[in-house]
Amino acid sequence: MTTTKLDPQAALAELQESKPERVTLVVLSGDMDRVMSAFIIATGAASMGMQVTMFFTFWGLNAIRRPGMSSQASDWLRRMFGFLNKGGADTLPLSRFHFWGLGTRLMKLVMRRNRMPGVPELMEIAKDLDVRFIACTTTLGLMGITKDTLIDGIDQFAGVSTYLAEAKEAQVNLFI
Amino acid sequence: MHSDVMLDTLGLFCPMPIIKTSKKIKELAIGQVLKVISDDEGIKKDMPAWCETTGHQFLGLEEEQNGGTIHYKTYVKKSK
Repeated sequence: MTTTKLDPQAALAELQESKPERVTLVVLSGDMDRVMSAFIIATGAASMGMQVTMFFTFWGLNAIRRPGMSSQASDWLRRMFGFLNKGGADTLPLSRFHFWGLGTRLMKLVMRRNRMPGVPELMEIAKDLDVRFIACTTTLGLMGITKDTLIDGIDQFAGVSTYLAEAKEAQVNLFI
Repeated sequence: MHSDVMLDTLGLFCPMPIIKTSKKIKELAIGQVLKVISDDEGIKKDMPAWCETTGHQFLGLEEEQNGGTIHYKTYVKKSK
C-alpha cells in the first residue's frame, strides 16, 4: 500500500495561490448607465481572473427581468406595481436625459454606431465569464416580481447574510 | 516586436479588448507572445494592469499613427 505524503505548509500555500480574488457588486439602481457600469466592472474583473458576484436588489432587479413579462404577484397592489415598473435589460432608462425614452434611444443609437456593447450584450458576456447572479428575495416580493418572470441563469435567490458572507471574503465590494 | 498570435480589437471599447485578450490567451502555449491591436487609448494602462493581475508578462507597447487614429500594439507573453 502506498500513502501519499501531504506537506501541510505546501498544501496551504497552494490553496492560497489558487484562491481567486473576489469582487461583489450590489446593483440597486435600474438606470441603464449605472447598470452598464456595473456590468463593465464585472466583466472586466472576471477577465482578470477574479470571481465576481452580482447582487441585484430593488430597481436593479429590472435588469434581470425577462422583457415583456408582467407580474404574477398574488395581490393587486403588488401586481399593479409590477405592471407600472417595466423590466428587461433592454428597457432600462438613463439616469439623466431619459426624456421619456428619446434620450435613452439616442444614447443607444450612438453606442451601436460605435460598436459599444449595451446592457443585454454585457450581460451575456458576464454569464459567459461565470459571473454569479444573486436576486434579493425580499425586494422581489416587495416589488411584486415573481421568480418565473426573471431571466434564466440566476444562480441564487438569497438575502443579506448571503451577500455579507460573500463580501467578507472579497477584496472589492461596490454598491451601485 | 515578435509575436506568435495576433488579436485585432480595433473599434472596440473597454472592456471588450481585455475580455477578448483573456479568452485569446487561453489558446496560446506558455512562452508564446500575443499581440493585441487596439485604438482605445485606455489599453496603454489597462493591458499592463491586466498582466499584473493575471500573472502574464507585459512585454511592451508600440504606437502607430494610422490616418487620424493611433493604433496601440501591446505584447503579452503567456506565463502560466
